[in-house]
Amino acid sequence: MSRPARAGAPADWRDGLPPGRDGYSFAFLDAGAKREIRRRILKAVAIPGCQVPFGSREMPIARGWGTGGLQLTLALIGPEDVLKVIDQGADDSVNAVSIRRFVQRVTGVRTTTDTPAATLIQTRHRIPEEPLRPHQILVFQVPIPEPLRLVEPSEKETRRMHAEADYSRMWLYLYEDIVTYGEITIGARYPVLVNRRHLMDPSPIPRWDVERLDRNPALMLFCAGREKRIYALPPHTLVEPLQFEDVPFRVESFAGRRCRRCGSARSFLDEAIDEATGRRSYACSDAAFCEKVRKAGGRTAPEPEEGGP
Amino acid sequence: MTLPPPIVQVRGLTRRFGTGCPACPELTGPAAETNQCPRCRSVTACREVSFELHSGEVLGIVGESGSGKSTVVRLLHFDLAPTAGEYRLNLNGAAAAGLPWLEPGQNLFELGPHQRRQLRNRLMGIVYQNPLLGLRLKVTAGGNIAERLLMAGWRRVERMRERAADLLARTEVPVERMDELPRHFSGGMQQRVQIAKALSTDPAVLLLDEVTTGLDVSVQARVLDLIRSLQRELQIATIVVSHDLGVIRMLTTRTLVMRYGGIVEQGLSDQILEDPQHPYTQLLVNSTL
Ligand SMILES: Nc1ncnc2c1ncn2[C@@H]1O[C@H](COP(=O)(O)OP(=O)(O)O)[C@@H](O)[C@H]1O
Ligand SMILES: [Mg+2]
Ligand SMILES: [Zn+2]
Ligand SMILES: [Zn+2]
Repeated sequence: MSRPARAGAPADWRDGLPPGRDGYSFAFLDAGAKREIRRRILKAVAIPGCQVPFGSREMPIARGWGTGGLQLTLALIGPEDVLKVIDQGADDSVNAVSIRRFVQRVTGVRTTTDTPAATLIQTRHRIPEEPLRPHQILVFQVPIPEPLRLVEPSEKETRRMHAEADYSRMWLYLYEDIVTYGEITIGARYPVLVNRRHLMDPSPIPRWDVERLDRNPALMLFCAGREKRIYALPPHTLVEPLQFEDVPFRVESFAGRRCRRCGSARSFLDEAIDEATGRRSYACSDAAFCEKVRKAGGRTAPEPEEGGP
Repeated sequence: MTLPPPIVQVRGLTRRFGTGCPACPELTGPAAETNQCPRCRSVTACREVSFELHSGEVLGIVGESGSGKSTVVRLLHFDLAPTAGEYRLNLNGAAAAGLPWLEPGQNLFELGPHQRRQLRNRLMGIVYQNPLLGLRLKVTAGGNIAERLLMAGWRRVERMRERAADLLARTEVPVERMDELPRHFSGGMQQRVQIAKALSTDPAVLLLDEVTTGLDVSVQARVLDLIRSLQRELQIATIVVSHDLGVIRMLTTRTLVMRYGGIVEQGLSDQILEDPQHPYTQLLVNSTL
């Protein structure tokens, strides 16, 4: 993969892994499980955007809480990695904290909230705002790996559609959306075409992040624990949202709004409604980015808030 | 003067349901007066069906229920795979242009599923007796037509809508109903939407399977009129399947008569209807007089 090769492993390593700690293998998974997942990752990287099945293990956290992403992280992480975990952009959500603590406990790796400092980032529903670099790996937690599930319940039929690159049903869904609502209403999980070949579910990232998948220099890996699927975007892969020539794809518009904390007008904003006053305000969804902009002397004074509805 | 080659050539088309046994060919078919083998219980739905269809021609297939008509049409549309047989298309330049991998004289049954699907979408239109088979009732009428255009690579919403509106107008579906679900349409209107959908990609071959069966008589007449006028205008090579000799008389120039999966008589429709040769055809013609 695109990470720098490790110079000669220490003598007490076995199967390319350091010896176990506290009765566990390094990084919790046994060597066999890691090997299986890494093989699946290689296959996924070889066919960008194509879902590869794998034998998902029981993990000490509940399924649906990132067990897929966690297994990739554990299969890939090495002692000198620096880990960042985010949940919808936040490093300090309960979910992100518990995954980070767990990985830290079974590996002893350093952790960070600083995107450029991380070598491995596990994420749920966001891509960090700061540009990713080569040799970084972004691991997405995926609830529903099959983009065609929306239009076709049968697994046999979706497999056929992928094999034949027949995505007319997805296109039809978009057409009907435009005819019925005047626009495409899909927000998160916007379907993308990878290398002009495979239709892929980018996980529930906002449309804002969909464009940032395209030709990204980092390695992006996706894993659904419950549905036991891995897929990948190797660095610099062509990723295009499905769009009509006369109805182009559009990202969320914040209509000139800025973050109330850091003043940024170039980040994805979460909306908050003050229950007392009913007023809306906006703040960066990427908390670490927001903090950095603030520290660097971005505007600290709160922006005038928008009026209520 | 030499005639141009037929656009469709079918040889030895056979489809059996069931495991089959060596006795099947002997013990089924028109001579055996059954399509079910008494030994192995397999049904030979059609057997050794061979015919040609010329450019602009309308060929009828007539026969009682269960004689194998729909099976033939579904085989030609690749809805079913044959047990045996050959199927060839001779395309003109324009139709062949979109399918560069298609070799002249290729037996289409030997193509892979992806190629068959492409071929079907580009070159064939089908209208089923049951609109449920041909339409997505939870997708708008326009969307049903757009789906085929999308399969053919169209990516402009406005152009697809113009095309759908044009086809719906031609098939006498009020264009203002384009964005409604066909679920709410009458049976006759659903059939007209199916016809519009079948015509959407300018097919080289049109397959009509009992299009008017089940419609009210007055509605039947209107749909038949529509098909006839589209036929005159578009000159698409068409196969019309019906158990109704009236439909055959009105729409077709040549007819195959099927019984127990086999062809028992074929010829010009007028001659078959005026002067049937096979006793079964005589029975059919006399019973509808
Ligand atoms: N899927 C199937 N499985 C088993 N038998 C079938 C199937 N489809 C059709 N048949 C049988 O094949 C014969 C021909 O059917 P069909 O082609 O539908 O006749 P037609 O359209 O002339 O009424 C019938 O005996 C029918 O029962
Ligand atoms: Mg039938
Ligand atoms: Zn901010
Ligand atoms: Zn038999």
